[in-house]
Amino acid sequence: MSNSKILANGVDVYYGSKQALFGISMDIKEKEVTALIGPSGCGKSTFLRCINRMNDLIEICKVSGSIKVDNEEIISEKTDVVSLRSKIGMVFQKPNPFPKSIFDNVAYGPTIHGLVDSKNELEEIVHSSLKKAGLFDEVKDRLNEPGTSLSGGQQQRLCIARAIAVNPEIILMDEPCSALDPIATAIIEELIDELRLNYTIIIVTHSMQQAARVSQKTCFFHLGELIETGETNKIFTNPDNTKTQDYITGRFG
Amino acid sequence: MFFWSLVLIAVGIFSSFIYGRSRIKLNSKKQGTKSKSLPTYYAQYVLMWCLFPALIVYFSWAIFQEQIIQNIVISNFEFIEGAVYNEGLLLAEIRNVANNPSFADGKSIEIINAASHYSSLRQISQISFYTSIIIIMLLGALYASQKLKPEFHAQHTIERYIQYILIFCSSVAIFTTIGIVFSLIFESLRFFAEVSIFEFLFSTEWYPFIPIREGQTAAEGSFGAVPIFAGTFLVMVVAMCVAVPLGLLTAIYLAEYASQRVRKTVKPLLEILAGIPTIVYGFFAFVSVAPFVKAFGQSIGIDASPTSALAAGMVMGVMIIPFISSLSDDVINSVPQSLREASLGIGANKAETIKKVILPAALPGIVGAFLLAISRAIGETMIVVVAAGTAPNLTGNPFENVTTVTVQIVVALIGDQEFDNPRTLSAFALGLVLFVITLFLNIIALQIVKRYRERYE
Repeated sequence: MSNSKILANGVDVYYGSKQALFGISMDIKEKEVTALIGPSGCGKSTFLRCINRMNDLIEICKVSGSIKVDNEEIISEKTDVVSLRSKIGMVFQKPNPFPKSIFDNVAYGPTIHGLVDSKNELEEIVHSSLKKAGLFDEVKDRLNEPGTSLSGGQQQRLCIARAIAVNPEIILMDEPCSALDPIATAIIEELIDELRLNYTIIIVTHSMQQAARVSQKTCFFHLGELIETGETNKIFTNPDNTKTQDYITGRFG
Repeated sequence: MFFWSLVLIAVGIFSSFIYGRSRIKLNSKKQGTKSKSLPTYYAQYVLMWCLFPALIVYFSWAIFQEQIIQNIVISNFEFIEGAVYNEGLLLAEIRNVANNPSFADGKSIEIINAASHYSSLRQISQISFYTSIIIIMLLGALYASQKLKPEFHAQHTIERYIQYILIFCSSVAIFTTIGIVFSLIFESLRFFAEVSIFEFLFSTEWYPFIPIREGQTAAEGSFGAVPIFAGTFLVMVVAMCVAVPLGLLTAIYLAEYASQRVRKTVKPLLEILAGIPTIVYGFFAFVSVAPFVKAFGQSIGIDASPTSALAAGMVMGVMIIPFISSLSDDVINSVPQSLREASLGIGANKAETIKKVILPAALPGIVGAFLLAISRAIGETMIVVVAAGTAPNLTGNPFENVTTVTVQIVVALIGDQEFDNPRTLSAFALGLVLFVITLFLNIIALQIVKRYRERYE
């Protein structure tokens, strides 16, 4: 477990009395893109939301088992959720910029975490985050316009810039392209490929082509269980499990 | 009289319905075709034609009968040369004699004649009322029954009629509002004919007592409404100082922190506050809060009066808490969950998320809630009548007696004065100004709330 970034062991999740995840164990390597695929309702988003404790927001949701990030247990009462979440950025299914200016959207994280001491520093972080998200050239003349005035694809890249502005190590993406058109999707996919050099990325996707294009590892979920995990190439060409085979060839899901 | 006419109309409704239904069945059997609509619709059609014209006659009779009879009696009255008559008193006397013959003793012969004229006119009116109702109902049913053929689309016609009825019902509220506004305006104009509008709006002396009888020693009244509006404003400010923080923080707790179960219990409980009759708040303010305010004022060396702007304002503030908390809670709840997740996902804690993301996003709606609460506060009457006093003081000191617009309207209208002197008419002018203020506040509030809604839905 030399460069294992996230190590999950026997994660169970219950919504009320209904069990949504059954003993998920997974090893996610640093600076790789891991894709979580599977039919709707199979628990892949639920698992993703365990990693930054986003499931805490749901009153009836109970998580047990162990997830270690950098060898530190995060499924525990003692976990500092705030610092965990500043280390793990998240990009959501629907672009959700704040109803603030483009600049303030990106500046939000660095400001609340006190990462900057001066206005210049803040400006530098905002600009570099926008550059890393490939959005700077498109918006540099209108940083004071509301973030909601951008197109869907631009909004999603703004959300990525907002996430990386706090300098996370891991980025979770929950179907980041499902609300976007093919061109915007292609731009985001290219961006993911670049971000891989600096960040560990976990992406939930419905599109198997997308998983094949952007990821190095793929995990296949079915009915709350992790069926198969492995190199993306292998999963899509020669999976071990027949359920995986059936899913990627489109026989169900 | 009107009871038996109601019975008559009920009989008409019943029989026209039965008649319509059996008639259409008979007609379609005769022609050997099926009717275009169900028989019930034909029955309803006959019923409507039987009922509505009769109702129109009924109500116009009820409204105009007395007036017309009185006019005829007065115009035939044998006035004695040189005597002075008060028409209202005269009519009352005639009516009394007509209704109760024992009052006739000692009345002049003119009055007794007029009274018998009055009763005979009433009798004629009554008989012709019944006859015309019956005739109208029969005519209506007759007209409708000619249309009872199977090829007639009764359902379509009924639906059109129902639409007319709905339009009529919804216009009742609108016309009432327009009527109120016009009566306010016209009565205010009468007031402003006697008191200059500049004096009313800008002078600071409110002393609305004027001599009623000639020779009475009373000063000329002065009608400067500034102290009244200042008092209203002061009470409103006190109320908002109480209601805004309490209401808003309650809303934040309910929307962001409380569990679903707590929220479901607490919110209806809060809304009960809004259902307490305001007079109950009023005596709560007078009996419990005002003495406390007075004692508190004395303990810090301020001479407080037994009723004060502070006492009334504080209780009014409690009263409008549910307006603010309930509306703000709805607004905060309608901020999309995705914004919360975005903020928390970056590692913001709950307080930062609320302060920097949720409240700014919900602000327009919250301001709208404030404005609605303000317009409620300045329109409130009973609490201030009981707990704020009636002295038109121009003061910024909340421990003093003040008076508000609504209180002065009450004061002006209590007592048996005719609406012909500036004191009573001032009620309309005050009401008009109050109406204009609350109207504007409501319009602004609704605009803000609407704009906010458009942004997220």
